[in-house]
Amino acid sequence: MTTKSIAMALGYVVLAPVIGGLLAGVDRVISARMQGRKGPPIMQPFFDVFKLLAKQYVTVNKFQSFYVAGFAIFTIVAGALFFAGGDLLLVIFALTVGGIFLVLGAYSANSPYSTIGADRELLQMMAYEPMVILAALGLFMVTKSFRVADILAFPKPLIEYLPAVFLGFLFILTIKFRKSPFDLSSSHHAHQELVRGLTTEFSGRALALIEVAHWYENVLLLGFVYLFVATNVWLGLAVCAAAYFLEVLIDNTYARLTWKPMVVWSWVVAGVFGVANIMVVHSLLK
Amino acid sequence: MHPTTPDAAGGPDLKWPTDGCDDQRARTVTSRFQEDGPLSPHRFEPEHLGFGNATKRLSVKLILFLLLFPLIPAVLLAITGHQGIRAIIVRLSAAAIAAASIYAAWLFLPMGAHFFEAGRLGVSMHLLDKAVFGAEMLVAAVLLLFCVRLKPIQWWIPLLIIVQAGMIAWCEMGGEVPESGLPLYFDQFSIIMALIIGIIGSLICVYAISYMEDYHHHHTEMKDGRKGFFFIFFLFLAAMFGVVFCNNLIWLYLCWEITTLSSFLLIGYSKTDEARANAFRALGMNLIGGLGFAFAIVYLVKWSPMHTIELSQVISAATSGDAGWHGAALIVAILISFAGLAKAAQMPFSSWLLGAMVAPTPVSALLHSSTMVKAGVFVIVKFAPVLMGSWAGYLLACVGGITFLMTSIIAITQSNAKRVLAYSTIANLGLIVMCAGVGTPAAVWAAIMLIIFHAVAKALLFLGVGTIEHRIGSRDIEDMGGLIVSRPFLGLVMVIGMLGMFLAPFGMLISKWACLEALSTISTFPPILAVILAYGSAPTLFFWAKWMGKVVSVPTSPLKIAGVIGKDESVVLFLLAVMTVLASGLFPLGAKGAVEPYIGAVYGQATALSAGNVTIMVIMLGLMVLLPLSFLGRRREVQLVSTYLAGANIEGNATFLGSIGAKQQVGNRNYYLAGFLSERKLSTASIILSIAAIVAMFVAVSARAGCL
Amino acid sequence: MHYDASSCNGCDIEVLACLTPMYDIERFGIINTGNPKHADVLLITGSINEQNTPVVLNLYNQMPNPKVVCAIGICATSGGIFRECYNVRGGVDTLIPVDVYVPGCACRPEAIIDGVVKALSVLEQKRAAGPQQPFVPHPAVSGASHSGQHATPNH
Repeated sequence: MTTKSIAMALGYVVLAPVIGGLLAGVDRVISARMQGRKGPPIMQPFFDVFKLLAKQYVTVNKFQSFYVAGFAIFTIVAGALFFAGGDLLLVIFALTVGGIFLVLGAYSANSPYSTIGADRELLQMMAYEPMVILAALGLFMVTKSFRVADILAFPKPLIEYLPAVFLGFLFILTIKFRKSPFDLSSSHHAHQELVRGLTTEFSGRALALIEVAHWYENVLLLGFVYLFVATNVWLGLAVCAAAYFLEVLIDNTYARLTWKPMVVWSWVVAGVFGVANIMVVHSLLK
Repeated sequence: MHPTTPDAAGGPDLKWPTDGCDDQRARTVTSRFQEDGPLSPHRFEPEHLGFGNATKRLSVKLILFLLLFPLIPAVLLAITGHQGIRAIIVRLSAAAIAAASIYAAWLFLPMGAHFFEAGRLGVSMHLLDKAVFGAEMLVAAVLLLFCVRLKPIQWWIPLLIIVQAGMIAWCEMGGEVPESGLPLYFDQFSIIMALIIGIIGSLICVYAISYMEDYHHHHTEMKDGRKGFFFIFFLFLAAMFGVVFCNNLIWLYLCWEITTLSSFLLIGYSKTDEARANAFRALGMNLIGGLGFAFAIVYLVKWSPMHTIELSQVISAATSGDAGWHGAALIVAILISFAGLAKAAQMPFSSWLLGAMVAPTPVSALLHSSTMVKAGVFVIVKFAPVLMGSWAGYLLACVGGITFLMTSIIAITQSNAKRVLAYSTIANLGLIVMCAGVGTPAAVWAAIMLIIFHAVAKALLFLGVGTIEHRIGSRDIEDMGGLIVSRPFLGLVMVIGMLGMFLAPFGMLISKWACLEALSTISTFPPILAVILAYGSAPTLFFWAKWMGKVVSVPTSPLKIAGVIGKDESVVLFLLAVMTVLASGLFPLGAKGAVEPYIGAVYGQATALSAGNVTIMVIMLGLMVLLPLSFLGRRREVQLVSTYLAGANIEGNATFLGSIGAKQQVGNRNYYLAGFLSERKLSTASIILSIAAIVAMFVAVSARAGCL
Repeated sequence: MHYDASSCNGCDIEVLACLTPMYDIERFGIINTGNPKHADVLLITGSINEQNTPVVLNLYNQMPNPKVVCAIGICATSGGIFRECYNVRGGVDTLIPVDVYVPGCACRPEAIIDGVVKALSVLEQKRAAGPQQPFVPHPAVSGASHSGQHATPNH
């Protein structure tokens, strides 16, 4: 635990909501412009969160705030661990814990929309999990370490060794960012199939906390993308920005799919891109 | 994981000596296995720890106690009909066995591995060997007797019994069985297993007292066979101790067969047609495995150059440097691992475990999740040093991997709670087999940790489901909604068990993580196994979280679940829940105290999870425990409103106004993906794949031995 | 959140038009949601009758404070041309307190946006005013017992 890692982790805890909120605002503005509209101000997500915090807290049962707190805490822990240079697998598992907390919160509400939303959220998690672990595995095969600090210290850009893994990861990033065509469980904007799906029965400060935790998660995910192009800071940031823009573009271009194509396609992509790349890397670096 | 030396690559392909076992070689063999020679099993014992004769005598007594004491309550319970006396005997014996296991662990773990000379046992080896042989024939005879009820189409079952018994008899009658100077032993791994058997096994016996009372209360039409039930339970415990403490492979085989017999009798407990059919299926499949075991013994006695019947010497042969011996050890290892596959219900043998779910829940918990199936993986993990680096071992790991992946996916489609638990058990055993087949120190670390955590959490879940079934009258997950509110204790116990099965920072996740790290570091084989692990862990997330969600969902209308939970049941559930959490929190101690010394002794190199990661895991566990506690104390006023039902709520969240003004009940059902995943198709596919892998495994080992 | 009480859908389509690029209500940071728990502004079109009384009450009670209600169109404002009908109770204010009335048949999107923006300033005032008393419908209103609100409100 060097001071640098602790500083990075603290920086993440403090700055990630700001960056995440700006990203969310940029997302809405770009989406609006793509749709020929003007869109809200960039700071809108912050206004929304403050508004939510000022609202009366209504819940469906007394357990919900516990689950949301668990979701937020473990997401932040995962991100802090990542930026402190910790073990990548542990980061993935901590993120999973947070996700499960949110799912349990939706299940506890026991309304049809939240239950189906929770089921679909689990299907989403099942869909992206193999690719995420394969990405970590790929990074390990090249750098011989699961630690983020070691991966960052690798002299060559990892995308040279793992282009297919990177593409596969971008594919499932759509699921993780909750963008069409994979926003089955709970989508932003006006796409309402299950009312609000996973987050239907949350309101007020619980909803604000979920939103902020999603910002933390988004920053963490972009950090993951950064790992592939870590040698040059500006190039890395540019690639992250491009990846985010790509996600917004995909969101506005595609309609939502059902869970079957999502699971099948994610697993196929993970298999074709991820596994093939890993096998190639394994035989090259033996 | 940081192994200090790189794992061994696969050995060269050497020609097997075709001239058989000649006397000159035999003499050399014996001398190399001398007490103080380089291959002496005593080399596992730490020399600097001067354990005096008193300690050694005590250790013999303790081991014999663990092996033989359970037979006493077994016999007592076979004749006691009175429930009260039965309860007292069970509780006392269980406490004694648990206490003895814990004392043994406390005493023996610092000692490392220790082998008991035959002389210490106080009885002549010759007599013991004859007694064991007699017992084996007796077990075969008992099984044959039961087979009288079989339909002629299942002729293969009695045939297998006869063939197996015949093979052993052939060995013994020929007088070629080598003298076993060190028939009993313990090492850290056996002690860990003994703790599992002694503590968890005993707890399950205690649970069974009030469960079986309830069971016969519910099923008045069934014959009360509890005398035989508890007799077999304790006989089984003795047999399991035998499996983990026997160094003599023929003795181990006897204990193995006793566990098969126990499983057969307990599955058929309810004596319905379905139970009988499933009991015979279990018997048949375990016999197929037993055939492998018997064949291994025959090979060892008749054809191997090693001239030994001891487990420890077979394992040391792998590291002896002699390629011929390594090949011979590999053959024995693969054959016995094949038996282990059948016992651990891996594909293609999985159907017996699923059928065994008709048995009463304590049977499922004891035999089919925590203990007997662990015997199967125990032998495979024991042989891991032999399997390391070989193609045969890798293919064995592939069998485990195929099982793990396929059964995890199939478990999604199940709504019967016991079937979900059965599939999950098979999947986790597949994971253990994967690690053991790979055989690197890091993988064995993961395998042993998996064994420990799975035993605790699965026992908890099975017993929880058993109690729930008696309270709500159903095994279906969909009926378990709202437990966290209507029966908080049961709900919490189930949630802890399920968390312990798949979520960080609980034990199974730690082990799975270690497994992933271990599988990623194999350099000689393609990383297919790591890929299988990546794909397989995703469905586990789905079906556990789905079930957990059902349990934590707050019921829409107040549920009344009547019935008092028996004292035995609630105490055992509570203890197991506490153990699940404690084991996850204290695993660094256990790893340092038991697992790592074992690996150090067997492999000669150290391995451990990095200290930083361990700290973070423990912190996360602390968070997980503190978070709900912090919410318990809060007394805040929350505004409760109805759930969203498009505004059509009638009575709170329970009913709504549907079309044509009809009042509709709100009901939520989970996704079971029935149209997408077919249990039958997936099972068939995995059976085909696993048979292919097993065939390939045998081909590989034969090629290695030069027989092709 | 937009709820169609008994509207002919004329005003509803105009509300929908507000979301389109031509009128773009998102400029003000407003998005449409179907979930009352996430909503601040309730747009109601159409008049209140016996059948939608419990529904409106339920949705209104699920919305957390502070909240504002806009009656969109003349039917929601006062009952419109259906005011004299035997099954129509009247405008929205016969049931729940309304903050902004937007008359018209059908009212234009510009008017709707105007009304919503005015509602936002009312919302600001309410937020500044602090926690409010819980809403209790008039006892004469049937269907009030099915409002779906239960447990002690917090103050």
